Amino acid sequence: MTPLVEMRNISLRFGGNQALDKVSVNLYPGEVVGLLGHNGAGKSTLIKVLSGAYQADAGQIFVNGQEVTIRTPQDAQALGIETIYQNLALADNLDAVANVFLGREKVRGVVLDEDFMELEARKTLDRLKVKIPSLRLPVAQMSGGQRQTVAIGRAIYFKARCLIMDEPTAALGPEETAKVGELIKALKAEGVGIFLISHDLHDVFDLADRLTVMKNGRVVGTVYTQDVSHDDVLGMIIGGVMPKNVRPAQAPLPQ
Amino acid sequence: MQMQSTARARTSLVQSLGVDGRILTMLIVLAVVWTVFQLLTMQQPGQFLSPQNLWNLSVQTAVVGIMVGGMVMVIVTRQIDLSVGSILGFTGMIMALIQTVPPLGWGGHWLLALLAGLALGALIGAFQGYWVAYWGVPAFVVTLAGLLIFRNATFIVASGRTIGPLDDNFKVLGGGLNGSIGEFWTWVVGLVVMAFVVYQALSNRSRRLKNGLPVRPVWAEGLVTGTLLALILAFVLVMNAFPYPGTNIPRGMPVPVLITLVVLFVLNWVALNTRFGRYVFAIGGNPEAALLAGINVKRMLVAVFALMGMLAALAGAVQAARLNFVTNSMGNLLELDVIAAAVIGGTALSGGSGTIVGAALGALLMSSLRSGMVLMGLPTEWQNVVLGLVLLAAVIWNTVYLRNRR
Repeated sequence: MTPLVEMRNISLRFGGNQALDKVSVNLYPGEVVGLLGHNGAGKSTLIKVLSGAYQADAGQIFVNGQEVTIRTPQDAQALGIETIYQNLALADNLDAVANVFLGREKVRGVVLDEDFMELEARKTLDRLKVKIPSLRLPVAQMSGGQRQTVAIGRAIYFKARCLIMDEPTAALGPEETAKVGELIKALKAEGVGIFLISHDLHDVFDLADRLTVMKNGRVVGTVYTQDVSHDDVLGMIIGGVMPKNVRPAQAPLPQ
Repeated sequence: MQMQSTARARTSLVQSLGVDGRILTMLIVLAVVWTVFQLLTMQQPGQFLSPQNLWNLSVQTAVVGIMVGGMVMVIVTRQIDLSVGSILGFTGMIMALIQTVPPLGWGGHWLLALLAGLALGALIGAFQGYWVAYWGVPAFVVTLAGLLIFRNATFIVASGRTIGPLDDNFKVLGGGLNGSIGEFWTWVVGLVVMAFVVYQALSNRSRRLKNGLPVRPVWAEGLVTGTLLALILAFVLVMNAFPYPGTNIPRGMPVPVLITLVVLFVLNWVALNTRFGRYVFAIGGNPEAALLAGINVKRMLVAVFALMGMLAALAGAVQAARLNFVTNSMGNLLELDVIAAAVIGGTALSGGSGTIVGAALGALLMSSLRSGMVLMGLPTEWQNVVLGLVLLAAVIWNTVYLRNRR
């Protein structure tokens, strides 16, 4: 089985700061890989390289075994890589429909096809089972969960094969967090690969199949979630040490 | 409790009308202002609501009206353009120089002058936008520099002289003696627009119903469309009620007003129905989101400034044509009127929020206040104090409105 996405020896320097130092991670279809680490460990930088917001100084990216070059967010989107950013990357003043289609509007000639977009957005958001009464209100007027739904709807409408979720539950209450969890499971069942970045160890333990821990721009190690305890993972995050006697986890467990 | 429920009832009423609350408020304010001025000027020969005054008012609104839509787009993208008055003056002067007969000018064709002026305006706008977009220089400073540069470049290219008279064909743009389209064509324009409004309302509604999308209630649809039709009809009647001096021949709509309406219509359409418009608002709402969505933010900013520059040049052409002679100070401080009109019309300086229609009403409100105060014989100083207070009130109200919406 070839990985959906593989990042090999990615390095990136910001001025004097080595933000990423030969980082390698991979992701297989239908699995969730949790990316963990302190603020500044390089998680967000790494996914921004994958989503086309940053360009790496060195290293390779493979999608379905093919080496690819990702220079812009559009390049990533064309490869089926969609990102849900921590700050949600929604235009607060626009409505849900405009946000779902932002940058990829359906047009007839030069005119926006609002009806088409509203219908499609409605269908997509209904799938996510979070009630959004009016798709025509500015998303600034929506709750955290509704906004998150719009952000996720934006990613799945365009048939993401690889979904990057940066702190998807940071702004949500417990109920909404649970909904996002269900959604992740549903997407997984559809064969979507998901990189999940979170501070909340409970979330990650619930949802992720494998965990990749980063510290100071390097990968500490990748482990199977079922092999480790919270304390093991905290040791990796804080101390940067691998727990003793765990298997290497470079591919998902055989089913 | 009582107040809350009333407030909710009112919101839902406004919501079912499907009209921006700020635009509705503008219309009400305008109606009040017009009524008050009419009452105050009832006893004198020049009444506020006389066809003559309203006709003049429309011409006086034209120059700011042409530019205000562009300014809305600039402000919505979180930028500002302080140079529009100077660009107006500079391009107006260049247009005058090209067409005025030698030795004062170069004796070129008026159409060449107009096109060159528009191109120059767009170029100046793009130049300023380039520094803002690609170098991250604050627009406030770039366009402040532009204000200085082009105001004084106007003096330099004309060696300080007043340039004119302008070509008679060009002067049509200004709405002078031959600058109206006449009774017949005013009716044609009015009826075409009315037919379009009805067609638009019906086809939108049936298409949305066919697609199973929510529509506003019939009474709301009827009320909005009906009001719009009544306003257009009233406008046509007023324009056709002001005759040429010493005759019964109605002037009809002045050319500058026609230009303004076309510009505003096109800009409003672009803002609401095209990717360009959508991206203008997206950039203003969240520049980072726009960037991550793959929008070329830098190119968009250059385009918005170029559009503003071109509109300033078009306003320059109208102003020049109206005055017949272009002076060095033409358009001086006009940037403030344009920005004030946009802000009074509900454009938020924090970006991401504003409407072309609101700004157009803002421009109309400003010129109405000025015109009314002139009729009442208020000194200029007091006029400006009142306009300043109105601007302040509008900003405060707009801030409260946006805060309550969060």
